[in-house]
Amino acid sequence: MKFSIQINEGPYQHQASDSAYQFAKAAIAAGHEIFRVFFYHDGVNNASRFTMPPQDDRNVVNQWAELDIKNADGEPELVVCIAAALRRGMLDESEAKKNGIEGNNIHPAFRISGLGQLIEAGIQSDRLVVFGD
Amino acid sequence: MAIKKFMYLNRKASYGTAYAIESLEVVLIAAAFDQDVSLAFIDDGVYQIVEGQNTDGIGMKNFSKTFHALGDYDINKLYVSAESLEERGLTADDLMPLVYEDEDDDWEEKPSVKIVSNAELTKIMSDQDVCLSF
Repeated sequence: MKFSIQINEGPYQHQASDSAYQFAKAAIAAGHEIFRVFFYHDGVNNASRFTMPPQDDRNVVNQWAELDIKNADGEPELVVCIAAALRRGMLDESEAKKNGIEGNNIHPAFRISGLGQLIEAGIQSDRLVVFGD
Repeated sequence: MAIKKFMYLNRKASYGTAYAIESLEVVLIAAAFDQDVSLAFIDDGVYQIVEGQNTDGIGMKNFSKTFHALGDYDINKLYVSAESLEERGLTADDLMPLVYEDEDDDWEEKPSVKIVSNAELTKIMSDQDVCLSF
């Protein structure tokens, strides 16, 4: 089955991203496809490459990165909503440059894009599973 | 590609958290994808379409007027939980008079809001292809 996942909550404060990760990992192990993971609301914070949890804790961001969810063109399908990201101080290289800001914090295993990608995921997938409050 | 039924489930009040406004942003984008879109308002979500909202005191943008634009985007199925209204002491008269123009009926203006019981809403939800919950 072709799944997409929407994550509405940030890491560590809330278990949504952890649960979604466990779900994605289990789905892939069972031979299913993850078409796209879409990070919305505070969920955009799951893409910060500056995330530094203590050594004995899981790294939520790296866990997602290691799942290595990509499309046929090799682009990441861990997609961060651009509007939600920018208003929360999450920028990739191109958005930082565009806004005249030094530095960027989106992990390279993720990409920034628009809300249309969420709707498209709903259209293209057999199931869209939402994780959040 | 076949048209899918998308339902946006609004469960939170307009302010206090970003869920309501960020849900509305998705709904407006979704309108461009020519899908069958409906909205449901349950729990505190019913406050989102209460008439006469005023955000002057909290320094936030009042986005409630945006709901009036939904009709122009062919989004005219807004289901409101009767139980959620009643639990909060609200009635249909407290809600914004949201309307759309029915192109199949000489562009007659018709109400978009439909108050339904939770049991009816359950049925409508089970009929959807995609439910996005906010």
